[in-house]
Amino acid sequence: MQSPSNVHSKDDLSVHASRADFDSAPLEYNLLLKHNREGIIYTLLAGLFASSAILPLLLVLGYVIIKGGSLMNLALFTQLPSPPGLSGGGIANAILGTFVVTGIASLIAIPIGVGGGIYIAEYSSSGPFSVFVHYGSNVLAGVPSILCGVFVYLIVVSTRLLFGESFSAVAGGLALAVIMLPTIIKTTDEALKLVENDLRLAAMAVGASKVVTVLRVTLPAAFTPIATGALLGIARAAGETAPLIFTALFAFYWPEGLLRPIATMSVLVFNYSIMPYEAQNQLALAASFLLVMLILLANLLVHQLGRLARG
Amino acid sequence: MAESASPFTQRRRTWKDRALDHGFHWLSVVLASLVGVVLIAILVVVFGGSLEAMVAYGFNFLIRSSWDPINNQYGAFTAIYGTLVSSILALLIAVPLGVGSAVFITEAFLPFGIRKIIGGMVELLAAIPSVVLGLWAIFVMEPTLRPLLSDIHETLGWIPLFSTAPMGPGMAPAVLILVVMLLPIITCISRDTLDQVPVELRFAAYGVGSSRWQSIIKIILPAAISGIAGGVLLALGRAMGETMAVTMIIGNSTNFSFSLLAPGNTIASMLANQFGEADGLQVSALLYAALVLMVLTLLVNLLAEWVVRRLRLHYS
Repeated sequence: MQSPSNVHSKDDLSVHASRADFDSAPLEYNLLLKHNREGIIYTLLAGLFASSAILPLLLVLGYVIIKGGSLMNLALFTQLPSPPGLSGGGIANAILGTFVVTGIASLIAIPIGVGGGIYIAEYSSSGPFSVFVHYGSNVLAGVPSILCGVFVYLIVVSTRLLFGESFSAVAGGLALAVIMLPTIIKTTDEALKLVENDLRLAAMAVGASKVVTVLRVTLPAAFTPIATGALLGIARAAGETAPLIFTALFAFYWPEGLLRPIATMSVLVFNYSIMPYEAQNQLALAASFLLVMLILLANLLVHQLGRLARG
Repeated sequence: MAESASPFTQRRRTWKDRALDHGFHWLSVVLASLVGVVLIAILVVVFGGSLEAMVAYGFNFLIRSSWDPINNQYGAFTAIYGTLVSSILALLIAVPLGVGSAVFITEAFLPFGIRKIIGGMVELLAAIPSVVLGLWAIFVMEPTLRPLLSDIHETLGWIPLFSTAPMGPGMAPAVLILVVMLLPIITCISRDTLDQVPVELRFAAYGVGSSRWQSIIKIILPAAISGIAGGVLLALGRAMGETMAVTMIIGNSTNFSFSLLAPGNTIASMLANQFGEADGLQVSALLYAALVLMVLTLLVNLLAEWVVRRLRLHYS
């Protein structure tokens, strides 16, 4: 055993000598040992797996950013898509449409989701109803997005529920809202649960009612995580296509109102990338570039928000 | 406060205060219950719509592969087979790759800064819209892979799985794009669970003389198995319901083929392709298929919850 004094006096030669006598087998990395050989193989394998996991995704990003980025021009943002077979044109109506539909979805999903999250986190965290809401939002998050589109189609579009109109921007927004809802509930719930309980007790101690505690104390304290979660949810909804193909449909024109079919970037990518025309394929590529940029931007913003919040 | 004799005065809240308080409570209850309402409404609407086809075809719908809108004969076997085969094959490829990458990211093989960048990148890649992945699959992946798939067909064509010549879109490219989609999901969830394994377990493993990989394989991965298994099942649910990327590259053929190189179909891609233009009994048949998809994903998600709860180790 090493005595404490040996640790402090490294320059003492006698100590080294005595340790050398003691260590009959010096510590060294022996490559011939079975577990060392296995370790190297496993490490290489894991490195190979990690690189093969990241490589295709980098290829996708690189392709979209380089090829799509080179297609950027002003016409893209100002002109309507050209009819199939003709070249040129832009995706201005789809850019506008993506913002409109995602905006409608956010207006529906954020209040409902934040309200639901408040209920789970602040009013009842263990009752059967809150367990039901919690599991319900998990299950809803697992429902395939195409089924949300089918659902809204059956409820709103085919019944012409909204003032006798069928496909519309509002229907698309509703379908996206169904997809965003579980994310927002979960984010709000988790953010509120991270708020120090002392804050609630302090608010109660100075006589604040529950509603004042929630709206003035805990919700503001949880604002940043809720905002970042909502932002990521919105960015993801902007790229969703399946719920929109038979709710918002597509349009070759400028939006004619919230109750008319509307073009979105994601549906444009789907429609135009499977067309056999080069010009349309390029518009799809440009729209993909903008979608990816939108998502990169949202992630960057979230990162900055998080850093600001930490101070 | 000289005028008050006692230091405490009892004050009742005004009725406005109380109404506000109760009103807010009930508002949050209503908003929370909307989740359940939407969920049940989806089930009811899809189930209600599929009744007609259920009566017409019964369970034969699940095992027949004819999809004939002209004669109104529908069977969803091709789509159900396509859904299960594509998602399970994709999972079989993606799980080792994803878990391996997660181990590589959480272990200190690389400096902390680089690992953090890789981790952030994987998270970002999970956010790429699937329609963009589909576009890449059409424009880049499938043309690049076609010679390789042709070689596979020529050398292994005697196996039914590779018995047709690849002609562009098909099951194999769809499986590969699903792998690309699932990898970040599995990697992220596995990484999060591996990070949560108590460091004492690792210390104890090193303390009794195990090497790094012995402790990873024998101690850390088993301790994280609940989260990893849950993540894998969630990824399976995602793969079965994935629509866009698969629809764009699978070929959307309603003819059944064992070959992975032939065009195929999944329930989700069938819905995306036909639902908008279907009418009459075809709508009902499509909704019947949608119900099957819904039940499958619900089962997988419930299984995921159960697995996470069942396999979780409790540290006290």
